[in-house]
Amino acid sequence: MSAREDILSNIRRSLGVNGREAPRLSAVQERLRMAPRGVMPARGQVSGAQRVALFRAEAERVAASVAEVAQPQDIVSEAARYLREHNLPATLRMGADARLADLDWSDTAIEVSHGPSAGDDLNGLSHAFGAIAETGTLAMTSGAGNPTTLNFLPDNHIVVLREADLVGDAESLWDRLRAAYGKGFAPRTVNLITGPSRSGDIEQQIVLGAHGPRRLHIIILRD
Amino acid sequence: MTIHATSPAFKQNAHNALADKQLQQALGNVRAGFIDKRTQAAERLPEFEVLRDSARDIKNHVLAHLDLYLEHYESKVREAGGHVHFARTAEEACATIVEICKAQGARTVTKGKSMVSEEIGLNAAIEAAGMEAIETDLGEYIIQLRGEAPSHIIAPAVHLTKEQVEQDFRRIHTHLDPERDLTQAESLLTEARMVLRKRFLEADVGVTGANFLVAETGTSIIVTNEGNGDLTQTLPRVHIVVASIEKIVPTLEDAAQILRVLGRSATGQDMSVYTTLSTGPRRPEDVDGPQAYHVVLVDNGRSAMLGTEFEEMLRCIRCGACMNHCPVYHAVGGHAYGWVYPGPMGAVLSPSLLGVDKAGHLPNASTFCGRCESVCPVRIPLPKLMRHWREREYERHLAPAVYRYGLSFWAFFARRPWLYKFATGLAMPTLSFLGRKKGRFARLPLASGWTDHRDMPAPQGKTFQAQWRERGGKTR
Repeated sequence: MSAREDILSNIRRSLGVNGREAPRLSAVQERLRMAPRGVMPARGQVSGAQRVALFRAEAERVAASVAEVAQPQDIVSEAARYLREHNLPATLRMGADARLADLDWSDTAIEVSHGPSAGDDLNGLSHAFGAIAETGTLAMTSGAGNPTTLNFLPDNHIVVLREADLVGDAESLWDRLRAAYGKGFAPRTVNLITGPSRSGDIEQQIVLGAHGPRRLHIIILRD
Repeated sequence: MTIHATSPAFKQNAHNALADKQLQQALGNVRAGFIDKRTQAAERLPEFEVLRDSARDIKNHVLAHLDLYLEHYESKVREAGGHVHFARTAEEACATIVEICKAQGARTVTKGKSMVSEEIGLNAAIEAAGMEAIETDLGEYIIQLRGEAPSHIIAPAVHLTKEQVEQDFRRIHTHLDPERDLTQAESLLTEARMVLRKRFLEADVGVTGANFLVAETGTSIIVTNEGNGDLTQTLPRVHIVVASIEKIVPTLEDAAQILRVLGRSATGQDMSVYTTLSTGPRRPEDVDGPQAYHVVLVDNGRSAMLGTEFEEMLRCIRCGACMNHCPVYHAVGGHAYGWVYPGPMGAVLSPSLLGVDKAGHLPNASTFCGRCESVCPVRIPLPKLMRHWREREYERHLAPAVYRYGLSFWAFFARRPWLYKFATGLAMPTLSFLGRKKGRFARLPLASGWTDHRDMPAPQGKTFQAQWRERGGKTR
């Protein structure tokens, strides 16, 4: 018998089932189809300005910084301000996201390059798929628009989030993923990011900037 | 089993641990670091206790339907272009992974933190096949440099002080300036980041574990803080996920429920920094990510635990809260347990996976204080399961002779209430009189195993039965 059949028949023997019982099959199909929500914490169940405020507070609690802008072009000036403020080189690496493609960088000294990171980019710019207010979490999806390597290799990660893409809880984010990719399907990678990288492995002391970005800056584009 | 288990020598291990000053200093960080953070995180979420019930119920539902969810999960991974391999034993799992690496002509394999890879002894198997395995989680990297096993399931190097880490870095990173400052956690972390960045970029295969396998989408999920797991799985040509079969959850909603108790129970974080969902290999529209995606599903004794009194142990989500709150773990650390899973969860799981003859005595290292059960996010009745193992060990005559004689001696009195009353009525006032000055004994004849490391409290003068009667308790 193959390992697969061996393991499955061991499980069935232990459970005292044969794998063809109708009630078990329908229980599983039903759960996969309905994807019932469990306990929903009240914290995330807010909307509008309250939701933005919650997201900000939670993201800042985990050492991310947050700015809000009104116009798409303000993203450029905010990114430039951020790099200047932290004495960072005027470079940005970004993907091909259409929502960032029209930004005009010519008024700044920033040298923008495009594509995934090979490990030598100091600053990365990405556009979030969405975000979760309950925990101050960004959701990034893979693809040419926002290569996954940009989420991890640059020292400083700047992420643009549209207010309309901010949801209260993870469950609402799953709904948005299903709407975009189809029920039962997911992009190659979804990175849920809650603050900059950190480690507590040496004497349980939390230090920022382990293997991922040392800094995470979120620019919210208001509706 | 490629990792040599020293669980049979728990008593000696514990003895050595208690005498190890550096270890005792480092273990102070467990007591100080984890407990308050968890309490605060739980208090900040009013729904925390009902979420624990929810997490428990999801896990029970999965275990009752594990065969069906595994089949669905497998078909979804294949649909997304990934490969699924089943492994009955540690040896089969290692052979499968080594074979995938060899087929790629791999020279170096980076690894994200994975307890099941420790369980199956994967690093040794990769090295034996002539390839290099590189641990990339900071704690795992440190213990790999030292040739040690993890001493904690989420903080593998918690048994070390930063001075010890500094010595290891100086010993291994000899290409760096010997005058550099490595006295702070920051400088040690920066050095590890720099050294490992190069290794990430040149690796051929990346191996990660999984906190969840989502049947609905064929997705594996890792939960980390450093970002090493993501670099491990994004940069090389091949991503291999190694996970045990009970990691399945039905849907993303179920994963979200358990995520709410996982981070809080483990490190006191509402969410860990990186929760990454991976489904299949790189898509046509992707510009990065692995070209091949494999999942190795490991049984290694778990299917046999289903339907037994130890089934509940399969709910474990490896948060580490039980050991963080365990007075025995605080005293002896993780290595004393002799294998990869320490603390209360290890005391229950290790006998199931290693055999009661090798690890059946680990459940004796418990005060049955119940703190582990009181913090377990999936409400595993760990003390009850430890008692089951004690019974089995006793039934199989594996318990040491002194222990058995002691029990018979006690049973002799317990069956004769008048004799019991007489003997304890005599002993209590005597001990109470002898210990009247300090209220405790620093030394007792025949009990140095106890008094070497802690004091024995002196009785307060009356027996339990006498006090029970005084307070109006009923006696038979």
